[in-house]
Amino acid sequence: MKHLDEYRDSGLAKGLVGSIHRYRGRPLRFMEFCGGHTVAILKYGIRQLISPTVEMLSGPGCPVCVTANADLDKAIALAHLPNVILTTFGDMMKVPGSRSSLQQARAEGADVRIMYSTLDALQVARNNPERPVIFLGVGFETTAPTIAASILQAEAQGIDNYFVFVLHKLTPPVMVALLALGEVKFDGIVGPGHVSTIIGSRAWESLPRDHHMPCVISGFEPLDILQCIAMLVAQVERREARVEIAYRRSVRPEGNRTALALMERVFESCDANWRGMGVVPNSGLKLRPAYGRFDAERVFAVEPGPTEEPKGCACGEILRGIEIPPECPLFGKACTPAHPVGPCMVSAEGACAAHYRYGKL
Amino acid sequence: MTQDRILLAHGSGGQLSHELVERLFLKYFDNPILARLDDAAVVGVSGFWFQVPGSSSLKPETSNPKLAFTTDSYVVNPIFFPGGDIGKLAICGTVNDLAMSGARPLYLSAAFIIEEGLSLDDLERIVVSMRQAADEAGVEIITGDTKVVSKGSADGLFINTTGVGIVPERIEISGSNARPGDKVIVSGTIGDHGVAIMGQREGLEFSAPLRSDCAPLNRLVAAMLEASKQIHCLRDPTRGGLATTLSELAAQSGVGILIYEDRIPIHDAVRGACEMLGLDPLHVANEGKLVAVVDEADAEKVLACMRGHLYGTEAAIIGEVRVEHPGRVVMRTPLGTSRLVDMLVGDLLPRIC
Repeated sequence: MKHLDEYRDSGLAKGLVGSIHRYRGRPLRFMEFCGGHTVAILKYGIRQLISPTVEMLSGPGCPVCVTANADLDKAIALAHLPNVILTTFGDMMKVPGSRSSLQQARAEGADVRIMYSTLDALQVARNNPERPVIFLGVGFETTAPTIAASILQAEAQGIDNYFVFVLHKLTPPVMVALLALGEVKFDGIVGPGHVSTIIGSRAWESLPRDHHMPCVISGFEPLDILQCIAMLVAQVERREARVEIAYRRSVRPEGNRTALALMERVFESCDANWRGMGVVPNSGLKLRPAYGRFDAERVFAVEPGPTEEPKGCACGEILRGIEIPPECPLFGKACTPAHPVGPCMVSAEGACAAHYRYGKL
Repeated sequence: MTQDRILLAHGSGGQLSHELVERLFLKYFDNPILARLDDAAVVGVSGFWFQVPGSSSLKPETSNPKLAFTTDSYVVNPIFFPGGDIGKLAICGTVNDLAMSGARPLYLSAAFIIEEGLSLDDLERIVVSMRQAADEAGVEIITGDTKVVSKGSADGLFINTTGVGIVPERIEISGSNARPGDKVIVSGTIGDHGVAIMGQREGLEFSAPLRSDCAPLNRLVAAMLEASKQIHCLRDPTRGGLATTLSELAAQSGVGILIYEDRIPIHDAVRGACEMLGLDPLHVANEGKLVAVVDEADAEKVLACMRGHLYGTEAAIIGEVRVEHPGRVVMRTPLGTSRLVDMLVGDLLPRIC
């Protein structure tokens, strides 16, 4: 595929790596916010290429991973309600909650179905008018507009058996909260490419303004990431802190106005519970009162029982950038992709799964 | 969280499937032939005469041949897909499992589990397709069974086929025979089947039409075995894809395998679809491809032979067997870095073969 090969050219990569290593100051640490970046960085061996000049830390940008156990337990309880069809993106199936997982619930008889798109869930609702169909809305600003669109469609078409369990989270507030915590020091942020396509690069401007933190938004191909890292190094060298875009083919300063308008119409912000971070003010989405009848949490009462966190699991620390996956005592021993203890070992964007799959040689 | 029920992922051909086989089936069925875990069981026989498919005369096998024996069940959804259907798959899959042991496939059984309500026209199309695939492979279906279950107890149609074949005396092919220095050859583009099935099932539209690669590989294998006596391993990378097959070979042989990302043949459309869906094409199923591990001295000769065959025109040497990292598969990326390639974990796509 020509289009992809352009972003994997080894000659261009060597040039960018060379420019990164020309930096002569103390070793730098950058955080990649997004789980997709974590995977690409490990998959293409970018850590090896930029070491020892730059060290990379993973951030909280994996929506599956940051879903709190209490919320996951609720989703599993919803799936077990009589007659309910629970629809979800595939990654959520295997994440262990306090006592079970959605795939375990399915093996026990719950009707849990994997969807590739929110509109497919709406189709399931159309095909099963006598059964409640709940979509498990886990994600960031990238998938929130599609949920909003599905709700507007359901409203327009009078589909009254479609509900969403909204667990959507907002990325800039959590990044600001992480910087405010000050637990981990780093010199720049690899900003999320897909999220910023929706919300625009301007959404990140408080990072340089309030925290003197350089932020460069990156795509997901190896050359995008290397260019982003080279731009971050250049900002550090010039003692600057700005928001820049290394992913101009997709990201604009103002974002995608249509998608943002959809979100604005259906959702309002609320406090959200993040695994590892706890409750972060105004970092989540909930349905506006006018769309309350689509809110699964409001319509269906479930009592999932006490929340238990997996013992010894360092997912919380890993999502805050304090630890890297191999430092967790369970990593690769009690916790593997086939038998995960924490969500970071499950999700295709999870830091532990990426380190397990691509990290150790 | 303890696992006390069968998950869909136990049937994916990846790590949970392996654990199920090793911890349950091998535990109770254990014997040296089964424990080899090759695509077909190969057992010694003596004084063997057999009837060649399509003839009534007996042919003596005067050397010391071995008998290859294998079985497989097919539950693909949808039952018709671009490039094939469940019937063609059921013939090719079992023929290929026999061929991967170096056997000449001879006879198959076919057992049908049919859901009440299946259209007779559809069933006939599938049976015709099985006959065509069997003719192409040069095998005959000589026994069978039919069961009909009530609506909802099966999904349309499930097929099981069992096959027997003869392995000539000199042929010694097993997943445990890879040696450091050997070259790793793949017979063509990977991921075609899995992506074609997924596209059909999920209604994804691709710019270039994608077809399953479903095909009988026994004639390709026969030509390869004719060209070289130094073919050490053969395996068809079905469920779990190329990554899982190479991991199995590395583990069984106690060797490392190094592959080069830019030498692995992948259709642009498959690469694009995988990129879009977040899949690794190395984990996507194939139904008409094989992986051969061949002595370095014969690798080019075998490659040339494969490229001259209908089902091997895009064959490529993708890597080599190493002493380093035993039991592991390592991939060199186009950026010059290296990373591990792991077996598929969990279910990539439900029911692709």
